[in-house]
Amino acid sequence: MTNRKGSQQSRDSDKYSVLLPTYNERENLPLIVWLLVKYFGESGHNYEVIVIDDGSPDGTLEVAKQLQEIYGEDKILLRPRAKKLGLGTAYIHGIKHATGNYVFIMDADLSHHPKFIPEFIEKQREGGYDLVSGTRYRGDGGVYGWDLRRKLISRGANFITQVLLRPGASDLTGSFRLYKKEVLESLVERCVSKGYVFQMEMIVRARQLNYSIGEVPISFVDRVYGESKLGGNEIVSFLKGLLTLFATT
Amino acid sequence: MFSWLIDEWFPGPEVTAVLLTMTKLLEWVFGVLLLGVAWALMTFDLLDLKIPGTYREVAWPMPVYLLVVFGCYSLATVGYRVATFNDCEEASIELQAQIMEAKEDLRRKGLKM
Repeated sequence: MTNRKGSQQSRDSDKYSVLLPTYNERENLPLIVWLLVKYFGESGHNYEVIVIDDGSPDGTLEVAKQLQEIYGEDKILLRPRAKKLGLGTAYIHGIKHATGNYVFIMDADLSHHPKFIPEFIEKQREGGYDLVSGTRYRGDGGVYGWDLRRKLISRGANFITQVLLRPGASDLTGSFRLYKKEVLESLVERCVSKGYVFQMEMIVRARQLNYSIGEVPISFVDRVYGESKLGGNEIVSFLKGLLTLFATT
Repeated sequence: MFSWLIDEWFPGPEVTAVLLTMTKLLEWVFGVLLLGVAWALMTFDLLDLKIPGTYREVAWPMPVYLLVVFGCYSLATVGYRVATFNDCEEASIELQAQIMEAKEDLRRKGLKM
């Protein structure tokens, strides 16, 4: 992977808030935070990590508190909620407490690698983009741990979506993205979908509102090795969401 | 639904605005209608242009041709993209190594897992 240092052009005024919604991520949270600290440290960008834990019964919050002690309260912010309330509201909750002018959203389960963060930032600065989306479908992007069936469904669903919605982005269901804070705020307010469709709605609405979109190829390492977690229910709700967006945007 | 077409025969700013704010569904309906009208005009010579029979014979099965071509294009595209979907083997290996490194470092820093 390319690993260009962005420290030379680092602007002191820019700060990046990473929103990490978690639910039962006790094992993964320390690792993702460690990687975030490593790559932000190397690139020299100003950052904070906001952990939004939705009352995980496995003690994710306890681990997060330990991480806060290790890395400092200015770097690791804990903004827990009492119970599982959905991704959209988690982002709204997180943004309220974010002090950065840019916001990263990514999964805490290690399928999104923080090594791409400097590339996101570089891309954003290069084109002044309102949002930069990670893509598994372009350039060096790709996946690990998907069988043929999963790849076929993914590519097929993506093709149909591209034909119907022409969204101006190649990866619609991916959730590794960098937003200008005010752009994320205005998008989250408008989006009502759940699950996979939420990320798709975010990028479709972005195009509708004429926000500029940049893309960075990413490798996606699925944490559920070998077996597929994409069942019939997911496919049906994806199609419903797709048709809703088709008729309303 | 298309009353603006009658009110504003010529594309003024209002029509442009409607075109820009059309939903994807409306865009498709609009596009299919346009093609359908063009096809009907050719096939049934609705405007009495005395279109030669050979043209009309070509035009008549055109919708089916288009569907077949689009179907082939779709299958070929999806097939090619599945075949060339990158398997990020090295990304997984790198991640596994970094997980070991992180666990060790975090233990040293006093994290109790």
